[in-house]
Amino acid sequence: MTRKQKKVLIRIILSTVLLIAAHFIPVTGIGSLFLYLVPYLIIGYDILKKALLGIIHGEVFDENFLMAVATVGAIVLGEYAEGVAVMLFYQIGELFQSYAVGKSRKNISALMDIRPDYANIEKDGEIVQTDPEEINIGEIILVKPGEKIPLDGVIVEGSSTINTSALTGESIPKDAQTGDHVISGCVNMTGLLKIQTTKAFGESTVSKILDLVENSSMKKSRSENFISKFARVYTPAVCIGAAALAILPPLFQLLFLQADADFGTWLFRALTFLVISCPCALVISIPLSFFGGIGAASRCGILVKGSNYLEALSEAGYVVFDKTGTLTEGVFQVKQVCVKEDKASAVQDVQAQTDVKQHLLEIAALAESYSSHPISRSLREACAISLDKARVCDIEEISGHGVTAQIDGRRTAVGNAKLMDKLGIAFEACKEPGTVVYVATEPAADPAIEPSMKPTAPQLRYAGWILIADVVKEGAAEAIASLKRSGVTKSVMLTGDNKTVAEAVGTELGLDEIHSELLPGDKVARVESLLSQKSEKQKLIFVGDGINDAPVLTRADIGIAMGALGSDAAIEAADVVLMDDDPRKIALAIRISRKCLRIVYQNIVFALAVKALCLILGALGIANMWMAIFADVGVMVIAVLNAMRTLRIEN
Amino acid sequence: MEKTYKIEVDCANCAQKMEVAAKKTDGVADATVSFMTQKMKISFEDGVDEKAVMKKVLKACRKVEPDCEIEI
Repeated sequence: MTRKQKKVLIRIILSTVLLIAAHFIPVTGIGSLFLYLVPYLIIGYDILKKALLGIIHGEVFDENFLMAVATVGAIVLGEYAEGVAVMLFYQIGELFQSYAVGKSRKNISALMDIRPDYANIEKDGEIVQTDPEEINIGEIILVKPGEKIPLDGVIVEGSSTINTSALTGESIPKDAQTGDHVISGCVNMTGLLKIQTTKAFGESTVSKILDLVENSSMKKSRSENFISKFARVYTPAVCIGAAALAILPPLFQLLFLQADADFGTWLFRALTFLVISCPCALVISIPLSFFGGIGAASRCGILVKGSNYLEALSEAGYVVFDKTGTLTEGVFQVKQVCVKEDKASAVQDVQAQTDVKQHLLEIAALAESYSSHPISRSLREACAISLDKARVCDIEEISGHGVTAQIDGRRTAVGNAKLMDKLGIAFEACKEPGTVVYVATEPAADPAIEPSMKPTAPQLRYAGWILIADVVKEGAAEAIASLKRSGVTKSVMLTGDNKTVAEAVGTELGLDEIHSELLPGDKVARVESLLSQKSEKQKLIFVGDGINDAPVLTRADIGIAMGALGSDAAIEAADVVLMDDDPRKIALAIRISRKCLRIVYQNIVFALAVKALCLILGALGIANMWMAIFADVGVMVIAVLNAMRTLRIEN
Repeated sequence: MEKTYKIEVDCANCAQKMEVAAKKTDGVADATVSFMTQKMKISFEDGVDEKAVMKKVLKACRKVEPDCEIEI
């Protein structure tokens, strides 16, 4: 509790004791009034002062003024206890609100507690803790095991395991060695690291993320704007209602029913109206819910840049994906190795078959061993053994076709279908989507044939093919299925890749629409046509890796960039940033958003319903001031507690 | 020119009122108050003296919520 809150608490306790005491002291008339005035002034002096200041400043219709009028009115009408109690409960409510909000603010901020407190630097052989803001670019900092990395940089000494869970929500430790880039906010788990900083603190990943999350509540959602507009009319409206209630019914009774005007009763009912005039429960619970939702999302590695985006996520109707890097890994990998039929069938047992395949891969990798093409790299990686380049000679690259070389003294051709055609080699075409590398070799020398009988120009024979393709991300299919379950009506994939590859990936993942062979500009046009197709209420999400698709990210209703850890461009361009590159997080983000919005609507409806009920019961004289203030404070307590539920996310 | 200031305000409705008051102040192009993070973001009109404008903003906010605080 802050000092301010403690002071209010003391006033509440003091006033409660005095109120109870006043109730039991048998004094009547003016003495009794004084007895009640003491606790009233203790608890309400600041409200009275604010009300007075409000009148001076021309701000008549604020809740302080209304509370003052209601309670003073009650006291004037002789309901001393009621007047004091209303003020007392109002203050209890305010105290609870300020305490609960402070507490939840702390809770949520703790979720996002990635700010490093210090950086270690070496000074005259001693390790000194310094403010990260004072570290310059290029300085060497030390990070001990268990500490947070305070600034982005490159490891110059040491190796360790690094935990990124504070940023991504995923606790998969990563190995880091000398020369690796490391990102601030990660935790160094095992070894001592010396890091040369590459960015100042203000430019480091951790500062960028904190900035983004802290500013997210500045971008207000539609529901927030609605409530703040509503709040502005609500209070004056209730006041007018109260005035009408105080004047009209008694006049009606007097003039038309020839009955007693009964001004006192109606005035008292009007005062009850005023008690319910503060819109606080509504005004507090909605930003609190959104803040909680944003906090919960960021704990999962989903950074939502504004309440408006969190709100929009719940209305997601169309989800448009970029292919490479979003649904697929974006790296080429050997997917399948196929050895020529008769060779494969010759060896029956599985081990021998794998050996034959491994041999084919090895030949291809050797032939391509001097190339830096991504395809060659993936062949070498798939080989998994260190290649002896001495086995290769006479390499000849045929641009756009492939290579021919001598491997272990045998002539070999490795390349695409065009190369096979060019060399006049009969081959079985591979129908799988992806890049296909065909391999043809000179047959092994048959010892049965006399050397003199050997053909002078040895014939190359087709040996098999290797399929290289971009791999679909683990969980991509599941991600799309769960998006559909959560009510997304259309899932679309856009890619610059060729049709066969796009169709294959698209059908594997169960996407509704596939557009292939698109140039970057075409993607924007596609998104625009999809935007015009969808209904007004649905929102279009575009998911990309944030590198080449900034124009599309901004054009979509919600742009989601994934794999953003360490990529400033992606963080800048997107509305929602996924720190890791798991596509399943999109459905999770929608779930968090839906839950948040559900709570927001519950609070709006509940608070308005209770207030309306109180107004009706108050007008009819069934509810008195006690009940009104109870209802008012109660609604707020429940709304705040309900808003706190946004923090809990079930997996 | 945009700047963010730390504020202290106890109730959400008051924060709302501060936002309205700040928006109306001369020299302020736009203002947003976040009750949750207790921050006020002001974007100033071109060529104004920020400090002088902020003094006016504080005065306007004190009018609607006497208890509020802005760290200028």
